[in-house]
Formats: sequence, C-alpha cells, structure tokens
Amino acid sequence: MKLELAGVTKSFGAHRVLDDISLNLPSVHAFVLIGPSGGGKSTLLRILAGLEHPDSGRVSIDGAALPGDEESLRQYRRGAGTVFQAYNLFPHLSALDNILLPLEKAHGLAHAEAESRAMDTLRRFQLEAHARKKPAQLSGGQKQRVAIARAVAIKPRLLLFDEPTSALDPEMTAEVLEMIEELKREGRDLVLVTHEMAFARVAADHVAYLADGKILESGAPDEVFATPHSESCRRFLGKILRY
Amino acid sequence: MQGMPTGNEPPLWRRTASLLLALGLVAGLFTFAFASVGYRWNWAGVWVYRRQFLTGWLVTVVLSVIALTVSTLIGVILALLRRSRFLPLKYLARIYVEVIRGTPLLVQLLIFFYVVATAFHLDNRYVVGVLTLSVFSGAYISEVIRAGIESVGKSQLDSARAIGLTTAQTYRYVIFPQAIRQVLPPLAGQFASLIKDSSLLSIIGISEFTLNAQNVSSYTYSNFESYLPLAFGYLILTLPISLWTQSLERRSQFET
Repeated sequence: MKLELAGVTKSFGAHRVLDDISLNLPSVHAFVLIGPSGGGKSTLLRILAGLEHPDSGRVSIDGAALPGDEESLRQYRRGAGTVFQAYNLFPHLSALDNILLPLEKAHGLAHAEAESRAMDTLRRFQLEAHARKKPAQLSGGQKQRVAIARAVAIKPRLLLFDEPTSALDPEMTAEVLEMIEELKREGRDLVLVTHEMAFARVAADHVAYLADGKILESGAPDEVFATPHSESCRRFLGKILRY
Repeated sequence: MQGMPTGNEPPLWRRTASLLLALGLVAGLFTFAFASVGYRWNWAGVWVYRRQFLTGWLVTVVLSVIALTVSTLIGVILALLRRSRFLPLKYLARIYVEVIRGTPLLVQLLIFFYVVATAFHLDNRYVVGVLTLSVFSGAYISEVIRAGIESVGKSQLDSARAIGLTTAQTYRYVIFPQAIRQVLPPLAGQFASLIKDSSLLSIIGISEFTLNAQNVSSYTYSNFESYLPLAFGYLILTLPISLWTQSLERRSQFET
C-alpha cells in the first residue's frame, strides 16, 4: 500500500499525542510502529484504523484520503481489520458468532455464506475445534487468534494490530506472532504496533520510532535497529534489548 | 470469581432444621405479642369476604404486570435519552428521574389523578393508576438499565466500532445482550417493590388488594384478620421474585 501522512496532529485535552507527523511510504506491506508507551504509536494506529479523527493534517492510503465524517469513517472501518491488545472478542458470543457478527451485520452477507466463510477462516488457522466456545473458555492466545481470524474473515484491505501480544505470555505470544507472520507472507498489508523488537525486525519492511508525538526514526528495520540516529531511540533500544 | 460457594455447605438436614428453628422463633415472637395484647380473633367474619380478597389480589397482579411492562419501556427510553448527545433531551430525562425518585409516590398519585388526568380527560382511574405507577417505577428502572449499559466496557464499544457496526447495531448486538445479565437481578427486585407500591393505588379508589382488605376490615371491625392475609398475599408474589433474584445473582457470579 501507499501510505501518506501530512502534518497529522492529535491532542487529548491539553496533551498533544501526535505532533505534526509527516511520512511518505510509496510502497509498504508491513509497517511497524515502535516506541515508548505514551509516545503516540497507538493513537497513530487508531487514526489509521478510522477510530480517531486527527485534529489536523491528512492521512491517505493508496491515494485516497481518510474521510472526516463518522458515516464515511464507518464504511472505511468495515474495510480495515483491527485487532487490539485484549478484550477484542464479544464475551457473550461464541468464537464463530464473533466472526459472523461483522460479516452479517456490517457486510450484509447471508447467514449461510457468512457461516461457510467464518468456518473456512477458523479451519485455516486450526481454530475450528473452538468454533462453539465462548471467549471465557479460550486461552489468551486462542482469543487473540480468533480476533485475528475475525479481522481476516472480512477480507480487509489492510490489517491493523495494536500491541496484539502485550497481554500474553511468551508461548501464546509466539503463536500469535506466527499467525501475523503468515498473513504477512501471503502479501497482506499490515500495520503493527508492538514491543516485540525481534519480531519487528524480521517482519517489518518499514519501521517508525515514535516518541513524544513525533517520528524520530523511520526506515528499513536493519537501519533503525542497527544505527539509530536519535539519542531517544538509542536509549529506548538499549534499554529494551538489554534483557 | 471470589465468594463462590464451595463444596463445604452444611448437610441438608442441618439446613432444614436451622430454617425451621428460625421460622419457629419468628412465629413464637408474634404469637407471644398477640397473646399479650389479648387480641380476640374473628376469622369467621372475614372468611365470608374471601372472594373480595381473591379478586383484589388478582387485580393487583394484573395491574403490576401491566405497570412492569410499561415501566420497563419507559426505563429503556429514559436510559437511552440520558446517554443522548442532544442536551435538552438528556436534561429532560435527568429531571424526570430526579423528581420522580425524590418525591413520594403518594404525592405523585394525587397530582396525577386530580390534576394531570383531569386536564387530559383521562377518566378511567385504573388507567391513571397504572400509568402513574409505571411513571414512578420507570425512573428507578432507567437507573438500573443505565448502570447495566455502563457496565459494558469501553473496549467492547471500540471493538464494535472497529468492525463497523452502527450505533443501533452496537446496542442491539453488543451492549444489550451483555447488559441484560447485569440488569436482571436489580430489575427483579424493582418488580417486587412495584408490587408492594401498587398498594398505594387504593387511595385513588382502585379496588385492588389493599383497598379490598381495608373494606373488609371496616365491614367486620377485624383489622388483623384483614391485614394479615393482605401481607401474606403480597409475600406470595414477592418471595418467589426475591428467591429468583438471588439465583440470578449467583448465576451471574459464576459466569464472569
């Protein structure tokens, strides 16, 4: 995808979370955002997901600007598959029904068609045994994988992950990252906010380091991780990679 | 979840014996009290009017069921209005809830019956009574429902937005199904209150259970023989609801 950010600014109250962010990526498949908590990376992802409006600035994907009104943004969100850190799934619905809900209600698929697509997606990720289970009966990793399956089932034009493994233990983290890796390999466009630096390094084709609402580093993962220019990024990576 | 009953509950015979003992104590206390005032019972005089009790009780049941339905409707609408982004509606709902919850039902009944109903040519006192009761109970139910809606986490609303649901769909498929579990126990409790509150309809001359019992009492000069069956008649309705509420609360504990 072609991703352009021009002067994107977003404040919550007096706190400026994104401060005049500009970025031009003519062709990117896996865009990874790293940086300290509160640095603005989740907010940027939420803007790309159509969940927040920037106060000013312009975001465009493949040449089309993100709309500003809620109705068009809802249409836009229907084409984006977003996965959050935790509590993605609706606890009163089974895994299957969680996938069916957007297919039937947001995308207007007939029940039979939606069900066959949902089951195909579950099977693809070896989740079919859990189709009838409620989220409370699934492990953290299984829940996240079902959430990703729900995001994939709508055939989105891009997938967005907001720290999808932050609430998981290392083993579950691995199973979720494997799934993201697989989606990347099949050529899907994705944006990922993560603290998993090793994964960021192998999976990303472009990495941006955000701190204090600004992009302080931006480039190919090997560049950013091996030779960071900014003191802030050097310290961040030094701290995170030490252990 | 904490506080779940473990396998260490006392055996059935001990629970039964303890319950009987507790009931026996209560019965003993009342028997003693009535015996010491030297009350002379006249059950035969009241028995003649048993049909009055039965029809009054049935009227109370019917009025309560209708009022519950209407007040639930009012409660849902009010709860949604209070979340409205249109401020006049939001404040209107707020004023409604505060005024109705802050004033006695007795006053509301009198004002509704003698002023509002007359102004709007509502002649049927049963209709006025049920409406007033619904308006009253609806204010409480709206608070219960609002709390239920607010118990659904922000992350759920985020997920609903992310998959592209409209606001109406979010309520229908995400918020209400989750809120109902929170709402049912207090709602059942509100229903029990409503049944008892319906006794006040007697003051505007609706011949429900309480008014009929008062009438029997004045025919027979037998106060306690009229009012004890009255209390018992309400208990028959409220006790099952109370027990049902408790089982609902236990179940919602297991599920979270």
